[in-house]
Amino acid sequence: MTIDSISLSQVKDAFHFIANRMVDSKDMLTQADQAIGDGDHGIGMARGFEAVNNMLEAKTLNNVEDVFFNTGTSLLASIGGASGAIFGSFFMGAGKALQGAEILNAAGYQKALEAGLAMVKKRGNASIGDKTMVDALEPAVDAANQYSGSSLEELAGLVAAASHEGMEKTKTFTAKIGKAKTLGERTLGHADPGAISITLIFEALKEYISSL
Amino acid sequence: MVKKIINNPKDVVKETMEGLLLANHGKIVKVEDANAVVRPSIPAGKVGLLVGGGSGHEPLFAGFVGDHLADGAVSGNVFAAPAPDQILAATKALDHGKGVLYLYGNYAGDNMNFDIAAELAELEGISTKTVRIYDDVASAPLERIDDRRGIAGDLFVIKVAGAAAAELDSLDEVFRVTAKARDFTRSMGVAISPGSIPETGQPTFEIGEGEIEIGMGLHGEAGVSREKLMPADELVSRMTDLILKDLPFKAGDEVCLLINNLGATTMMELLIVNRKVREILAEAKINVHDTMMGSYCTSQEMAGFSISLLKLDDELKKYYDMPAESFAFTKR
Repeated sequence: MTIDSISLSQVKDAFHFIANRMVDSKDMLTQADQAIGDGDHGIGMARGFEAVNNMLEAKTLNNVEDVFFNTGTSLLASIGGASGAIFGSFFMGAGKALQGAEILNAAGYQKALEAGLAMVKKRGNASIGDKTMVDALEPAVDAANQYSGSSLEELAGLVAAASHEGMEKTKTFTAKIGKAKTLGERTLGHADPGAISITLIFEALKEYISSL
Repeated sequence: MVKKIINNPKDVVKETMEGLLLANHGKIVKVEDANAVVRPSIPAGKVGLLVGGGSGHEPLFAGFVGDHLADGAVSGNVFAAPAPDQILAATKALDHGKGVLYLYGNYAGDNMNFDIAAELAELEGISTKTVRIYDDVASAPLERIDDRRGIAGDLFVIKVAGAAAAELDSLDEVFRVTAKARDFTRSMGVAISPGSIPETGQPTFEIGEGEIEIGMGLHGEAGVSREKLMPADELVSRMTDLILKDLPFKAGDEVCLLINNLGATTMMELLIVNRKVREILAEAKINVHDTMMGSYCTSQEMAGFSISLLKLDDELKKYYDMPAESFAFTKR
């Protein structure tokens, strides 16, 4: 049986699951960033998602919008740097699109992803091919928009797969934005750490839903 | 793991701030709930000057909060921009009705976080304007100057902006003078060994025993080329050549010179560099009005240095020459 929606308490559990995955990925993300950046991406994401875990425990979250939006503000305040602004903006934008939803279904996930991408692009001015997290996020949003079924589980799988494929492609790009841009061709062969992170987030959400 | 004299790596930013506050003997105070410092008594009606960026570049930025310098500084984690709520808290502490000028290095993270803070400040009725410093000639060609990074030239811009913000009473005017100081500043750095981030304990880049990175950025970003280490005079000739032709600086110009230690370079090396810089500037008939030399804008234990020049006109010279006092920089 496929899952069409998850409840508010399941969304909270899902965000704990995502947060734990990100905290556990600290060393892997650090190594990925050391290859083409200054090596602080793993530390920042771990610090950010530890804050998300604390927020999920401490804060009263009345709907799915609250969970997404407060995840965004927690990341924005605790990561700092470009990652904080981008990942924070993504979840805040996604949250606003959910408009007080009490469950997360496929239609809601689609709207949230699209709005999240719009916020990221507004904030960071990155386009496909710049070797940023947009290279993994935009294909995921495109995949979501093409889906017309009602299964959240299926959609989450499509999103994770498209994001993964986009992330893999960043290995063939030279960085055009952020601190890695002056490395130019030296960034070839390495995936963008931000693209890895957004893929980890989508994969964790998919895993959580499939485990229900 | 790179060796450092610290406690828990997670506490370095907090403990750095504590040490700085104590060293200032009350001349700066901490902003509540933010990793930011401000001058305790800012005259009513003064345009606020807020500088900031990632930690790890000490004494930049908080070391330049003082009289006729920055009114406040907000610092992020090591090599990461401060978050918007921190910037907003500092902005509120500095606003005395005339608005706040944001002055920081041109990096994606800083740009986004300060922009979000500016939007939040606007919602609270505080006007802000922004000058991003992009003095590093090695980081992008001139036609893409706003892709360039901000490095040690920050210091010249903060000096002029601080004096302008003390003298001028409109945010627009302080912005204009500060942007001019930014536009008249050029820098370039080199490194022979990397710095490291305390929390990872790892160097930010690798470099061979006998190699030097020409154009190295403040966080280990790649420069224009990696080469065999060369004698100081040859190196300085290459660096000044790129700096001089970029603005360009011309015969008859008057400049201020900054030779900045990126962390682990000796004063002896800086003085040897200075001697050659002066020889080249004298040949080019460029007059040096003032020289600053030392550790102002560092990258942890990176070994290397940068050369910065600020071209003066009458207005910039007036503001540059005004007395100023802070923990890291004093001019009488």
